[in-house]
Amino acid sequence: MDATPRLESRRLSEHRIPTPSQTVGPFFGYALPFEDGDDAVSGHEAMRIEGQLLDGAGEPVPDGLVELWGGQQFKRCRTDSEGVFHFTVVKPAAGVEAPHLDVTIFARGLLRHLATRMYFPDEETANASDRVLNLIDPARRHTLIAHRDDAVLRFDIRLQGESETVFFAL
Amino acid sequence: MSDSHRDSEPPYLHPDYRATVRRAPTRELVRLPPEWFHQLPGPVFGRVPVLPEDADLTQQHDGRPLGERIIVSGRVMDSDGEPVRHTLVEVWQANAAGRYVDPVDDHAAPLDPNFTGAGRCLTDGEGQYRFVTVKPGAYPYRNHENAWRPAHIHFSVFGPSLASRVVTQMYFPGDPLMPLDPILQSIPDERGRDLLVAAFDLALTEPEWALGYRWDIILRGRNATPREP
Repeated sequence: MDATPRLESRRLSEHRIPTPSQTVGPFFGYALPFEDGDDAVSGHEAMRIEGQLLDGAGEPVPDGLVELWGGQQFKRCRTDSEGVFHFTVVKPAAGVEAPHLDVTIFARGLLRHLATRMYFPDEETANASDRVLNLIDPARRHTLIAHRDDAVLRFDIRLQGESETVFFAL
Repeated sequence: MSDSHRDSEPPYLHPDYRATVRRAPTRELVRLPPEWFHQLPGPVFGRVPVLPEDADLTQQHDGRPLGERIIVSGRVMDSDGEPVRHTLVEVWQANAAGRYVDPVDDHAAPLDPNFTGAGRCLTDGEGQYRFVTVKPGAYPYRNHENAWRPAHIHFSVFGPSLASRVVTQMYFPGDPLMPLDPILQSIPDERGRDLLVAAFDLALTEPEWALGYRWDIILRGRNATPREP
């Protein structure tokens, strides 16, 4: 760990090695969540998303951080003791792809973050022709589509197991 | 990520770091064409109210924190070495005794009423960031018998695209705990691990005030589309 290999690896070259990822650890709660991070949107267009982050034993992940990005909205929510996260968002407009939100997951035990997407259950036609959903094994597509549960959209994220959420390579 | 860099990133599953066993995905990750995913612009934080005092972790309370005052500074760049301007950099860390303010931390080391250990700043027009803080202490964790984390500062950086997002940790040169740390050692390639170790920098050191450590951050992808600050 002395300075020599470090300098060599930084020599000006065509392509630098990106700084490697490390886990967010368990102690980010006081530092990362944004004030009004989750419920800043209001009005009749706003919808509430709730989900649970679960590990391979089906146990809640109580020290996770979920970030959500789409339609110019950025939200961040720390999971609670039950692994639950929640957001209030406006559904992004359809573009080339069906409306969706990009979801990023950090946690103790995740040496790198995970990337997935949340699609909307009332967009069956757009979802059926979505180029990303169509790349995915049909048996696993459902892991990317939220489902309606009374007044909220439920979107659970399973890190492992039978219904492991589809994650994208970074 | 190009294949030549793969060994510079940690795997998801690294059993020596026990928490990965139940949390690492087991199915193959789905690859998307870069223009569908990696090149999409990410969040822009130009309107986040980042205050100058947010970057000085020693000035956030009435008194000054205990510990060795340090300056940590460097450049955020893309993989071509181009500066990543006006991007949000967030840091958090233990105090000098190795204790986090976070209520989850139950390590029997004292809290410091004058130190929270969280800061943020936007990089400037040259991609530079600069924090003033105290050197964090090492602390034990329950990964294995007599497990201790080397001193480190957590960093979160956004960059211009979804692909450039990184959360990582900066370590201090010469720390004897680094070779023993499963989290740092999860990175297969020594060059990759070395990229997480700051360099002591006398030029950054301020006489009779604070030691300087320099640490540059290289984000994945190219900073091809300049973003509005």
